[in-house]
Amino acid sequence: MKHGLTRRELLKQLGTMIGAAVVMPAAVTFRAQAQTAAGEAFISLTPAESQTLRAIVARLIPADENGPGALEARADRFIDRALAGALKSQRPTYAAGLAALNSYAQSSKGSDFAKLSAADQDAVLTDMQQNRATGPTGASGQFFNLVRTHTIQGTFSDPFYGGNANFIGWDLIGYPGTRIVVSADLQRMDSKPAPSRKGAYDYGMFSKGEL
Amino acid sequence: MATTLKKTDVVIIGLGAAGGVACLPLAQAGIDVIGLEAGSRLSTKDMAPDELKLNRGLWPPGVQKVRGEGPTSRPNASAQAVRVNHPMMNAVGGTSVHYMAQSWRLNPWDFKVRSETIRRYGASRIPKGSTIEDWPFGYEELEPYYDKVEYAIGVSGKAGNVGGKIDERGNIFEGPRKREYPMPALRNSGYMDRMIAGARALGWHPFVAPAAITSKAYEGRPGCAYHGYCIGAGCHINAKSSTAVTTIPKAEKTGHFTIVTEARVTTIEVDNNGRITGVNYVRGGQEYFQPADVVLMAGYIYENVRLLLLSKSKAYPNGLSNNHGQVGKHYFSHNQGAAVSALFPFSLNNWYGTPGQGIAVDNWADDNFDHSSLDFIGGGNLYVYTERRPMASVNGLGAWLGGKPAWGSAWKAFIKENADRTNGAYLQKTTLPYESNYLDLDPTEKDPLGFPVVRITAEFKDNEKKIAAFIQDRMEQWYKAAGAIAVQKAPMPGGMGASTHAYGGTRMGDNPETNVVNRWGFSHEAPNLGVLGGSVFGTSGSRNPTQTIQALAWRTAEYLAKNWKTIAT
Repeated sequence: MKHGLTRRELLKQLGTMIGAAVVMPAAVTFRAQAQTAAGEAFISLTPAESQTLRAIVARLIPADENGPGALEARADRFIDRALAGALKSQRPTYAAGLAALNSYAQSSKGSDFAKLSAADQDAVLTDMQQNRATGPTGASGQFFNLVRTHTIQGTFSDPFYGGNANFIGWDLIGYPGTRIVVSADLQRMDSKPAPSRKGAYDYGMFSKGEL
Repeated sequence: MATTLKKTDVVIIGLGAAGGVACLPLAQAGIDVIGLEAGSRLSTKDMAPDELKLNRGLWPPGVQKVRGEGPTSRPNASAQAVRVNHPMMNAVGGTSVHYMAQSWRLNPWDFKVRSETIRRYGASRIPKGSTIEDWPFGYEELEPYYDKVEYAIGVSGKAGNVGGKIDERGNIFEGPRKREYPMPALRNSGYMDRMIAGARALGWHPFVAPAAITSKAYEGRPGCAYHGYCIGAGCHINAKSSTAVTTIPKAEKTGHFTIVTEARVTTIEVDNNGRITGVNYVRGGQEYFQPADVVLMAGYIYENVRLLLLSKSKAYPNGLSNNHGQVGKHYFSHNQGAAVSALFPFSLNNWYGTPGQGIAVDNWADDNFDHSSLDFIGGGNLYVYTERRPMASVNGLGAWLGGKPAWGSAWKAFIKENADRTNGAYLQKTTLPYESNYLDLDPTEKDPLGFPVVRITAEFKDNEKKIAAFIQDRMEQWYKAAGAIAVQKAPMPGGMGASTHAYGGTRMGDNPETNVVNRWGFSHEAPNLGVLGGSVFGTSGSRNPTQTIQALAWRTAEYLAKNWKTIAT
């Protein structure tokens, strides 16, 4: 029996393998996306700007013991894409705001924001939020709030817009995903609806929003 | 130069909740009706369950006249008025396309606030400065029209009083109704069951609130899918009983109802005798004059009042139907501020559903409780409902952070735990009209065509503030009885601002000295002009106005059809 398997064990292993086979593509896709993210060109932001923005969103909703964060959800890509579309009018605000943040990071902490330690980045962001960050732009808190709003959008909005990748945002807060029909059972307090893994446009019945 | 079009029997200005209902009894009577609607026709393709699209101002689609017509607002005459957003939308079906679809009848007391208060508590209990009058008729007069509307559009609910027989499963405080709702109430969610248990533990009478949403297949439309994304968004399967998918298509089928979309009405024309001759409108940059025997105004309150004030003539130098100076007077908006929200120590699974799927308590509404030892009149309807959206849940938690940063790891842990643990109540409370609260034209602010926008001068007075504090306490009791561990009470707003529940401005009543329209909804001054909508209300009630607006619209239209020769000639 040493090298043999019982029928029961065999089935159990097979089950695990089948399970793994089902899960694997998603994991592979996720890794592939994370890899391309660094090399993939940004649509609106310059390399320097994107580096700063990525560092900001990674601190606003960090990857930690509660799971992946805004960067993994591609909130940076969501913002980059929107700045060429629905948020086009705010492109100059981002240019000025990101530059101002970087120069404040340099003057107060001696380095580009993206290169600072997490603790220093948090200190700079706190200054920025509380309007204590000095530099070319006066109201740093306003820009902080703008980036925070867009980071939340890029993490928790419909994946159609390029953020909330792999439903990271919805999984974080337990939103079970867009559905077009919801049964009574899914509204019981003791039920935990399985994630639908769908956004609005996966149903093929709606006019799309502006990217 | 305006193009004069072929004369029609009736023009209805605005095809929302009111105009979208009035067209039906008229068209069914064989009267030719043209409906002028500022917005466009929408379809289910426009109803994507996409929170970002809804938040970005891309909803509602189509022509949105209201966006250029936001009123100005100030709490009182000595304050500076500021421009505010218009709360309504334009489309065939109007705001009934994206409202919460709570479909209430007013309670009998709401029609007799003045006389009932005096009878029960004495004349001294009418708040100082209030211009409140009884409605020119009671609940019984409107009951048949409530019934017609409930069946014509499709309302789901459980009756609490059929012909005087009280049923604890419904609202035991409602006025007697002829029969049950056409559909059973929307189903209960787990959270609703929990709130029902909480209210019962307090000895109150919770019930599933009525909604203009199908709880099962009704007249070719499917039952509600409870998928969320309902308020401020249209229904993807037409389960919400907006006039766009109910009374309007029925009226079109008669062959007597023609809709002109994207038509912006600028003025109403009158002859030297003060009779209405038709309306002027702009469509695609062209000006048109549409002659009609009768005109029914069915815009929102701000538009009804504004259009009257803008339509000056020899017969009406201060604005149409304003020779008694009553247009814009007795304005008030629903006392819905002073919110109460709760935090529970467990998830509510409130992600799906619709705001029309909710539990109400009427024990503290209207005059359903003894006010002898209280220092206010009126009350509020307590209401909790389902539906939660991802971004709204995250942002809504800001109020629960106690000043801690709304970003970073600690915040992330907080939203992970609490995103589905909060709930906000919807509290609609009595508001009274006052001498110092009114609408007029703003002296400087204009719309894109150069016409002045409406100016709101209105603030909540002591009576409203006292109700709010009282109702907040009741709501706190309810939440705690249902297991909430913390409750927050928002401060009472001072100014009324612009509201989706605005009332008055063309008040209905028998006395032409204090009212713009008569008991049938026709002008005391221009006999072939009718006014529909919340602008004719004299009291607010403590519940959503739409179904009362629709019952009144049906009644005015039916009266017109029955008295066609007298009114039209």
